[in-house]
Amino acid sequence: MNFHPFVLPFLIGFVLFFVITACKFTLWIRHLTVPQKKTIRDNIISRKTFISVWEAIREGLIHRNIYKKNPLLGFMHTSLALGWFLLIIVGKIESSVYFGKTLEAPWETIFFRFFAHGIHSYPGAKFFAFSMDFLLMVILLGVLLALTKRLHSNVFGMKKTTQQAPLDRIALTTLWFVFPLRLLAESSTSALYSGGSFLTASVGKLLTGVVTPEVSLGFWWGYSIAIGFFLSTLPFSRYMHIPTEILYIFLKNWGVTSQETITGFTQIQVNSCSRCGICIDVCQLNTAAKINNVQSVYLIRDYRYQQLKESVADQCLLCGRCVEACPVNLELTLIRKQVREKNAPSHNIPIDCTLQIHKSNAEIIYFAGCMTHLTPSIISAMKKIFSSAKVSYHFLDEQKGICCGKPLIQQGLLSESRKLRDFNTQLIHNTNAKTLVVSCPICYKSFTEEYSLNVEVLHHSEYIERLLHNGRLRIKKSSLKMVYHDPCELSRKNSRKEEPRNVLQQIAKLIPTSVEKNNSICCGGSLASTGLPPEKRKQITNHAIQKLTENKPDFLITSCPLCKKTFHQAKLIEVLDIAEISAMHLHEEITPISRTWEGSKQLAHLFSGKKLPETFQK
Amino acid sequence: MKNFGFKISASRQLDMDTIQSDLYEKLIQLEPTAKRCLMCGACAATCTAAEINGFNFRYCHLLMKRGILDNLAKELSKCMLCGKCYMVCPREINTRSIILKMKALMTETTPKHYSL
Repeated sequence: MNFHPFVLPFLIGFVLFFVITACKFTLWIRHLTVPQKKTIRDNIISRKTFISVWEAIREGLIHRNIYKKNPLLGFMHTSLALGWFLLIIVGKIESSVYFGKTLEAPWETIFFRFFAHGIHSYPGAKFFAFSMDFLLMVILLGVLLALTKRLHSNVFGMKKTTQQAPLDRIALTTLWFVFPLRLLAESSTSALYSGGSFLTASVGKLLTGVVTPEVSLGFWWGYSIAIGFFLSTLPFSRYMHIPTEILYIFLKNWGVTSQETITGFTQIQVNSCSRCGICIDVCQLNTAAKINNVQSVYLIRDYRYQQLKESVADQCLLCGRCVEACPVNLELTLIRKQVREKNAPSHNIPIDCTLQIHKSNAEIIYFAGCMTHLTPSIISAMKKIFSSAKVSYHFLDEQKGICCGKPLIQQGLLSESRKLRDFNTQLIHNTNAKTLVVSCPICYKSFTEEYSLNVEVLHHSEYIERLLHNGRLRIKKSSLKMVYHDPCELSRKNSRKEEPRNVLQQIAKLIPTSVEKNNSICCGGSLASTGLPPEKRKQITNHAIQKLTENKPDFLITSCPLCKKTFHQAKLIEVLDIAEISAMHLHEEITPISRTWEGSKQLAHLFSGKKLPETFQK
Repeated sequence: MKNFGFKISASRQLDMDTIQSDLYEKLIQLEPTAKRCLMCGACAATCTAAEINGFNFRYCHLLMKRGILDNLAKELSKCMLCGKCYMVCPREINTRSIILKMKALMTETTPKHYSL
């Protein structure tokens, strides 16, 4: 066996890396819940494992998702990850061919050129030398790009790059040194004993006469120390994402799902974050309100190093844009809710109100929700639509309602939210209805995802679309131009993006915006944030309106009472709910519409069914 | 004594030497928007929880301000955090943040850092 003392730093790092990573993995898997473990056992021998292997190659090595976001950034990651991986694989094959055995010591593979200098008589020596040089060149290009990104992130189209923790900086710096040192070490060996290919041999020629065997050995020591240092800091730095992401991909494909509270799966997700910083650029707190230290990447970093501050955890609007953008597909908003749950205060909401049992023969039950009661025009518009379509309805929370429990979930008060959920479930089930129409997307999301109701739940935009489709509701088309704002709760998972658009297209001319569907933005009024100062909220609202009204629409249409109220308070453009605009265009209505405040007063009058004052009639 | 249907209320005088005003000072440091409140009561008027359990944000704020802390924790627990009060507040006071901060101050579990 070949051995030289300079391999020791590498060897120590190598052993430390494997031992620590194995310990961490075991700990996380032990912290999984019983159902999660059962899911793994049930699915470990199935097609899903092969799918995971493919996904691990696609995302862990090629980084396809980053290519989709940013090709240059994707190339940087591919050159480093795939390049290094292939360098190890090809190096392994080469050393196996040379030593003529399948299992040789790891240092014999890594420092192959040192142990096999000057001998080129084994099969395929030229091919191996060329491949290794080529791969090294690709990696060096990646390192160069990484350096550029650190110094000038705007070259990559990234406005902000992540501020790293001290340990990350150490790991990052050693990683940068690994490959240039490898180049120097191999080139100096080539200079002394010949060998190498286009890269190492050429650099070797330049070094001929300058290097002595001692200098060359110094380079090999340097290379070994750099790898050793990198491998031993890896489990404590952001580079832990390299092994953990693979584990995460497997668990995800086996069907392991997150719980509402922190489990081992959360730890695995937290450690899978590579801190690429893609979530910073998409976050409205950064782009509109200039807050750039609370994004998901910082939440995860601070949580992992146990330095999480309240201000980082509670300012987020939970709009979910970072989840859409995350190349690792981490459940970022869920992790935030889990962290909030862990630190939530004790809370105990008394419900001193008796259940009213309303058996109802109505076709549907209508639940307005807290926020809709702040915008009564939506309620009266819905009433108008119901009467026009001759729908019999039972108004569930006309007199008094109770919150659906979503805001409590967002603040991590799970048990209290369950209390409200049980109350509402009983209230809804008591009515014996088949269909529940909800005006608030927050309630809608809550009813469809958190509750297990035995009624069909529809958002009012969906219901209006259904009425139009069935021909029960007839509307006229006007020549108005409008844009549609997707509320966060309706545009992400479980989305209702097309239904409101189908309705609006029948009413007026719908102009596309740059921030719609998956790329939709938050109005700034989100209930998920408690810590965000009001002036920052305003900045987000104004920024959102500016983005939405780039194409100069007559109206801004939304389907969420909270978005409507928030936009309305900015007083920049006339905002209407989809129910209101539909009610105005009912076949029997005649509505003159203008963009002015006068016009909106006119609308209000027409809307309430009162006769217009003479000053408005022209 | 004959019950005439009315009685003399208990004294509502505050002893400025004994009230705990330091918590309110801390609250203002944590959430400066609390200072802006002019006790108009719009928050209480719109409250969803008020109809269910009689929650009143203005009352809680007043109790804190006056340092009457006996019932405050119980009162604060009635909030459903629905956020309507913030939407109607004419002074843009971050009401839900104040409720959570008051809770934290009351239970004195207001660590600088999140525990794990």
